[in-house]
This record gives sequence, C-alpha cells and structure tokens, in this order.
Amino acid sequence: MTNTDWPLWEVFVRSRRGLSHTHAGSLHAPDAELALRNARDLYTRRGEGVSIWVVPSSAITASSPDEKDPFFEPAADKPYRHPTFYEIPDGVQHL
Amino acid sequence: MATAAAHQTAGTPAYGAQDGTAGPAGDTGTDAYQRAFDAAVAADERIEPRDWMPDAYRATLVRQIAQHAHSEIIGMQPEANWITRAPSLRRKAILMAKVQDEAGHGLYLYSAAETLGTSREELLDKLHSGRQKYSSIFNYPTLTWADVGAIGWLVDGAAITNQVPLCRCSYGPYARAMVRVCKEESFHQRQGYELLLALSRGTPEQHAMAQDAVNRWWWPSLMMFGPPDDESAHSAQSMAWKIKRHSNDELRRRFVDICVPQAESLGLTLPDPDLKWNEERGHHDFGPIDWTEFREVLKGNGPCNEQRISQRRQAHDEGAWVREAAAAHAAKHTGAGRSGGTGATRS
Amino acid sequence: MTTTALPTAAALALGDDALVLSHRLGEWAGHAPVLEEEVALANIALDLLGQARVLLSTVGDEDELAYLREERAFRNLQLVEQPNGDFAHTIARQLYFSTYQHLLYARLAGGDGPFAGLAAKAVKEVAYHRDHAEQWTLRLGDGTELSHERMRRACDALWRFTGEMFRPVEGLDVDSEALERDWLESIGEVLRRATLSVPEGPRSGAWTAGAGREGLHTEPFGRMLAEMQHLHRSHPGASW
Repeated sequence: MTNTDWPLWEVFVRSRRGLSHTHAGSLHAPDAELALRNARDLYTRRGEGVSIWVVPSSAITASSPDEKDPFFEPAADKPYRHPTFYEIPDGVQHL
Repeated sequence: MATAAAHQTAGTPAYGAQDGTAGPAGDTGTDAYQRAFDAAVAADERIEPRDWMPDAYRATLVRQIAQHAHSEIIGMQPEANWITRAPSLRRKAILMAKVQDEAGHGLYLYSAAETLGTSREELLDKLHSGRQKYSSIFNYPTLTWADVGAIGWLVDGAAITNQVPLCRCSYGPYARAMVRVCKEESFHQRQGYELLLALSRGTPEQHAMAQDAVNRWWWPSLMMFGPPDDESAHSAQSMAWKIKRHSNDELRRRFVDICVPQAESLGLTLPDPDLKWNEERGHHDFGPIDWTEFREVLKGNGPCNEQRISQRRQAHDEGAWVREAAAAHAAKHTGAGRSGGTGATRS
Repeated sequence: MTTTALPTAAALALGDDALVLSHRLGEWAGHAPVLEEEVALANIALDLLGQARVLLSTVGDEDELAYLREERAFRNLQLVEQPNGDFAHTIARQLYFSTYQHLLYARLAGGDGPFAGLAAKAVKEVAYHRDHAEQWTLRLGDGTELSHERMRRACDALWRFTGEMFRPVEGLDVDSEALERDWLESIGEVLRRATLSVPEGPRSGAWTAGAGREGLHTEPFGRMLAEMQHLHRSHPGASW
C-alpha cells in the first residue's frame, strides 16, 4: 500500500496574549514539525495567532454524547456560580 | 483508510453504528435519538460530530461539503491560469493571495467533511474518478484577464450569496468552516469588482474586454444557484434539516437584484434583454436560463470538464512520491508516522 | 527611512531575485503535491513579491521595471530563474537561495547601511522560507529511495548556479567571502542530515561574459518574461 495519506492533526491557536488556545480546525501532516508549519500557513495567514498547538487527532479522548447529561448537567443547577445570579442595585459600579 | 472509518466510530461503538439501529446504553431505541435530533434542529441548536444523526443527514452533508471543498480546489485553476500573466504587481499579489485562500478554504471544508467519518483521501479519490462533483461554473474557461474580474464579481458574488446562510447551517463544523470562509472571502468579490471597474474605465480595448467577460459569465453565474425549486432534488429535505436556509430561486432572485445596480455603476451591461424591474413583485424579472446547457456541463460536456479533472489528477499523482517521502521520513524518525491517524474524536 | 537613498544596482539585484523567484513559485498554484503545500508555497511567493515591490519601487516604477525591461536588463541570479522542475528541484532551489538570502539579510539588518530597515522586516520572512526548504530537504533526502534520488539529482543540477551568489554586488556592503563560508557550512550540514552529499563540480558556468547579475540569463528566462510581460505590453499606457 502506498503510504500517502498523512495523519490528521487538531490545531489550537492563541489569537492574542491573555487568551487561551482555541480549537481552530484540523489538517493533515506527516509529522509534528510539518503540522506546526502547515498550521501556521493555514490558520494564521492573516495574523490571527501568536502561538499554535498541534495535537494528533488520535490523542484526544472525548466524553461521549450519551454521557453528556451526567457530565454537564450538575453544573447547570448551580446558577450561583454565575455572576448574573446576583442582583445588584443600579448605579453600583466596578462589580 | 485508517483515517476514514475511525473518525466517528473509534472509542464508542454504539455511536459508530451507521445503520441507525443502535440504541443508547439504556436502549430507548433509535426513536429517542431521532426525537433528540429533531428537537435540536428545531431549536436551532448545532449538531456536533459525535451526536447521533440520521444516516441520510450524514450522507447529505458529506456530499454537500465534499462538493463544496472540491469546488474550492478546482476553482483555483481558472484563476491560477492568470497568475503568471497578471498585468501589474499589485494585481499579481492580490490574485496569488486569492488563489491561496481557495486552497485554504478547500482545506477547512475537507476537515469539516472528515468529522463525518470520511477522509480527504477518500473524497479526493471520488473527485478524481468523477464520483463526486464540483461546481459546474469552473468548467468554463478564463479567456482574458477580465475573466478574473468577472469571476470575482459574479462567481464569488453568487458563492457568497449561497454561503452566508450556510454560516447558520445546523451542522456545527460546516457552519464554523463557513464563518471562516465568508470572513476571508469578503475581499474576493471586491477585488473582482475593482478590477472590472479599472478595465471599464480604461482604454476602449479594456472596456470591451470587461464587457465580453461579463457577457460570458453572467448566465453561468445564475446557474450556480442550482435548478429551479420545483426541479431541485435535495432542496426540501435540506431545508427541513436546516442545512439549507433559502431556496435556489430565492437566492438567485436576491443575487440578480444585487447585481443590476452594481453593473450600472461599473458602466457595463448584463446580457439579458428581458432584465427589468418589476414594481409589483419588488424584484427584477429576468430571461429564461438555458437549463440544457446547465445539464450538459454537469454531465461533463462543458468546455473545461476534462481539462480541470486531469490537471487535478495529475497534480495528485505527480505529488504521490512527495507525500510518500514525508510519511516514510516520519515513520523513520518518530516511529509514529501515522500517529495522528485514528482520531477518536473531533470537536 | 528615505528609501531613495538605496544604491540602484543592489536594489535591482535583490528586487529582481525576489520578483523572479516569486513568479516561479506562483507557477505552482494548482499543481502542488498536497494542498497544504499550495498554501505554503503561495505564502513564500507572496512574501517575495512584497519584497520585490518595495525594492523596485525605490529604483523607479515597479510595474515599468517588472514589465517593460528587456531580458538583458534584469539583474537577478540565474538560480532563481531556473524552471520549477519537480518538487525536489523547487526545494533545492529554495534551499540554496533562501539560505543565501537569510544570511545576507541578517547581515544587512544588523548593519547600519541603507538596506538595514528593509532587511529587518524581510529577514523574518526569509527565516521561514529557509526553514521550509530545510524541512523538505530532510524529508525528501531521508524519505524513500525515490525521493532521495530525486533530491540528489536536483541538488546536483542546481549546484552550478550557486557560485554567482557570492560575487560582490555594488552597493551591498557585506563580506562576500564570509557569507559564502557560512552558506557552505549551513548547506553542508542540512545535506548531511538529509543523508545527501554536498555536490561536486564547479559552482559557476564557464562563461567569461558573466551571469545574471550582469544581465546574462539562461534560455528559460526569456520565455518566463514573455509570459509575464505579454499582457502588460499588449496595452501600452493602460492602467490596471
């Protein structure tokens, strides 16, 4: 078999300092070095990033959809974790 | 092929099942999944790669996204045809950047398709063997420099009209790819318009060149929206799934209404004697589209069908040794040349 | 920065190098071995075209210079005008040229001569071109038997165009000998890592009339210019 289909990599880009890396998309590359370079060319050619991570798609473990509820529902009943839970009188600033 | 099948199946066999019969752990049956899917679509939520989805929805998306990706990379050819002859360095830089964007957009779209459990290799194979299509518009030749402008103004204009609603498509990865594509494409149409404007206001020869290009590209551009609604095979289901948001005829009408005043500002005419404003409908009336030509080009009898596919196939075949070399190098040096191949997940 | 102060001969030499190589790389559009390389080669071509426009504009009108000069008036190296050939030839040409350009621009950027400002911007771009060429040289040289053989042939074929890079150029204040030493060392190291050997044989043509910097070019260059200039010349005085 001809080995020409390069593996898939997920690309994460930090768009500017102070922000975390965000998933931008994926690409094919034979190895990590070229994956990084291809990612730079593809996902930052308009200056969209200051730092890039590439991760083999195979290295990502995901929660599966049918576990979505048990995984994420508990957080949904803790509205007090969110700032909008609290009523603040009008005019109070810097809060 | 390892990259292909693994995508949505690895890790969670229950979700990989393609026949639509697999139930969740609690076995509430496919119906429960179908209801959840329908509810998500109805609520304008996005469907994500590892969600359950009807087989036909998946197949429709693969077909549409692949065709879209193929269109981007085949669409590089008619414009690349003029890179080496661009008449000023400014225009040359713009054109190179545009053709490069198209390669990039092809890549975004192939990635989006891959989240559905196919691989780029497989899709390219289908393109090369004629089993998947690309937009017929690219089977027309670019005969003069003005064609580069006409493609930007009319073809990209039509594409944008089609694509903007896709940014809200129900399938998450496709919608996200389209957001990126639309953002980047905003300059494509403008550069085409500006190019034509320079020609239209230039020498008589340049003006004639611009008019000739518009004459040749106008009707094929209108065909880009696809067959009339009553003949469109996939439209109704795609609209129900919110893959598609507007009908072919609706988008075509919108496009014509946008183009008419733009042509006037260009000082160029559109080649349709029946084109006129209809006060009552609030839209322009336009003449009949030659659907015979559309079907013939689709069938492979356009001016460039053969040429486009053989150039694509040739680039792919001639590049095989390069791709093999890089894979072999990776295998030697990392011992894991294909480590990224069996993606268990996509986001 | 008063760009008009740039020495004309040197600006033309560097500007033409960038213009011509950019054109050659532009010919790859739609033909690259893999989509990711379409994007990468276009990036390099666009960087070079940007450099060419800045450099040529310091000498005169960029379009007049690009489109209305005859072949004998171009001052680019013969290396950059060589046809693309297969991907290995393109990579070998990139390796030889971008290593030279990077070493040269790094020196110019570090000095206080007229090119310092321009080189400071370009050197970052060129560093990436050099890296791209090195990465691919390693993969093709140390890939499959076929790729090794193609890369070897390409390196050999272009070797005789590499001597010209180190002839002094009027207005370029660099130590050509030191530049050449660094270049040979770097190329030797990359080729060794790529399991290739440094080509043997002369590094310049046996023609006393000179080479590209004196306006003497190879046959493929005339055809390249004919294609590049045809449309512009067909409409004298038109604007685009």
